[in-house]
Amino acid sequence: MEQRIKILSATHFITSTSSICNGFVRKDGKLLFDGVGSEGAAFMLSLYQHFCFNYPKFYKMDNLAKLGWLAAELLLTDDFKQAAYQAGRVGLVLANKNSSLDDDIRYWQSVKEIASPSLFVYTLPNIVIGEICIRHGFKGEHTFYIQEKFDANFIVQQVNYLLDNDILDACICGWVDFMARDFKAVLYLVEKRAEGLALEFNSEKAASVFNVST
Amino acid sequence: MGMRNVYVIADNVFTPLGKTTAENFARLKQNSTALKEYHNKSGQYFAALFEPTEFLIGSSGYTKFEQLMIVSVKDALDRSGISCTDDNTVLIISSTKGNIGLLETEALSPALQERIGLSGSAKLVAKHFGFRDQPIVVSNACVSGVVAVTTGMRLLRTGQYEHAVIVGADLISEFILSGFQSFQALSTQRCRPFDKNRDGLNLGEGAATIILSTDKKHEGNVSVLGAGISNDANHISGPSRTGQELANAIKVALKDAKLSAGEIDFISAHGTATPYNDEMEANAIALAGLESVPLNSLKGYYGHTLGAAGLIESVISIQSLKEGLFLATPGFDEIGVSRPVNVIAQQMQVRAKSLIKTASGFGGCNAAVVFGK
Repeated sequence: MEQRIKILSATHFITSTSSICNGFVRKDGKLLFDGVGSEGAAFMLSLYQHFCFNYPKFYKMDNLAKLGWLAAELLLTDDFKQAAYQAGRVGLVLANKNSSLDDDIRYWQSVKEIASPSLFVYTLPNIVIGEICIRHGFKGEHTFYIQEKFDANFIVQQVNYLLDNDILDACICGWVDFMARDFKAVLYLVEKRAEGLALEFNSEKAASVFNVST
Repeated sequence: MGMRNVYVIADNVFTPLGKTTAENFARLKQNSTALKEYHNKSGQYFAALFEPTEFLIGSSGYTKFEQLMIVSVKDALDRSGISCTDDNTVLIISSTKGNIGLLETEALSPALQERIGLSGSAKLVAKHFGFRDQPIVVSNACVSGVVAVTTGMRLLRTGQYEHAVIVGADLISEFILSGFQSFQALSTQRCRPFDKNRDGLNLGEGAATIILSTDKKHEGNVSVLGAGISNDANHISGPSRTGQELANAIKVALKDAKLSAGEIDFISAHGTATPYNDEMEANAIALAGLESVPLNSLKGYYGHTLGAAGLIESVISIQSLKEGLFLATPGFDEIGVSRPVNVIAQQMQVRAKSLIKTASGFGGCNAAVVFGK
């Protein structure tokens, strides 16, 4: 996609970012938590406790949904002026490499004994979007793409279409991937006004935030 | 900058009922169904499944899922007159579970995990046909097919590409079957969309391909006119209580298509025949002002083909527009939803110009796409 022509788009802004990767948790680029060395599920639980989140449904989620849910909490807590938006005008565009395979394997192991409906329901990558929508009441457009690597150009193009064509007023986009020991989440809050971080929303900026989130 | 018009220039439906759109449509006109009775350790069920070697192309480098996509794309490409080896053509793939059946036959290893990944399958199919750009993969539960058409429409409207080849496919493995059984979502009879006695869905296997183009020489073809997507923000495995969110997706799609509800001639519904889905969908259709518009569900012919459903049902419904023939809803007898939507019980000859295809799925997702002449 890199060589595609650039589409003229109004300027939109990354107003906030969050990332969870290799034990490092960042919000707007600032390190908030360092849990290097702990395994995925335990790390996410310690993160949940560290930030004193209170959402009992968290415990029922699979690892991918927990990761996306935590990243969205960090992204939106304090900064997001949700009251300024209608529910149907906030949406999500997310991508990852491993779909829901981490949970798929757990589900398939359960089938040998008795198939678990509570594991089966998470065997779709877009369930993490559903969880974030339920938590925040977002009812706008959403899509989950599978990509070998984070394709900033494609994501920026999709989100710009939604904002330019008056389908959404705000969009949360990015990458949420969880597979066994490897996981990474990087989320961007994209709005039409230059508030917060006020980074111009383009593929170079999105890629650079992604690449420093390690 | 004006948006370009997006035409449907070729298609394929590859299911247990037939290997081309024409073969499938001919079987549907005779009210043939692909649903058959099966048994496994959890009990008896109906499903629409391929014979074990039905579509295999005899090339060991591809999984069954990839071979199914290849046969469907090949037929559509052969009919399209486009070349996919220039950089004006994009491949878009829609699937919920792709190669997941490999978990059942292969030992778990990092190599297997890589082989299951949808990106790998997409790359193999793209390479098989010589697509230049990286393929796009949509995996958004049961709305994937409609979302893939939406993504393709937008990439063409904005001039990113001139052609889009959009394929959806899913196979029914023990993984999927056991999951739906654990949910008690499967019917032990042939499914009965919108009927008073509906009690669950049937699963199905299949693939379909739609090729879109902005080339003006196709003016007069059926076009993709608009699309809308929404989330219920209510429950990850149950639909909205009101149907308002699917109604909103329909309204967004109509606005995008610059059509009013009164200009829609026909609805291709999701109609899975679960008690909750059909009730929600009927509410949504009424809320969107489409209560009296004739609608069908094709699940009684094909079962629920998951990531392929949106594409199979779009292609068949486009064929309905072209032939002026709305197909019946097998299994429907007496209305069993609280809003009296206009379910087509017997096939009918019509003159129609535009249709809307709707879908809903796990994760609270809803999608709608409008096609028209």
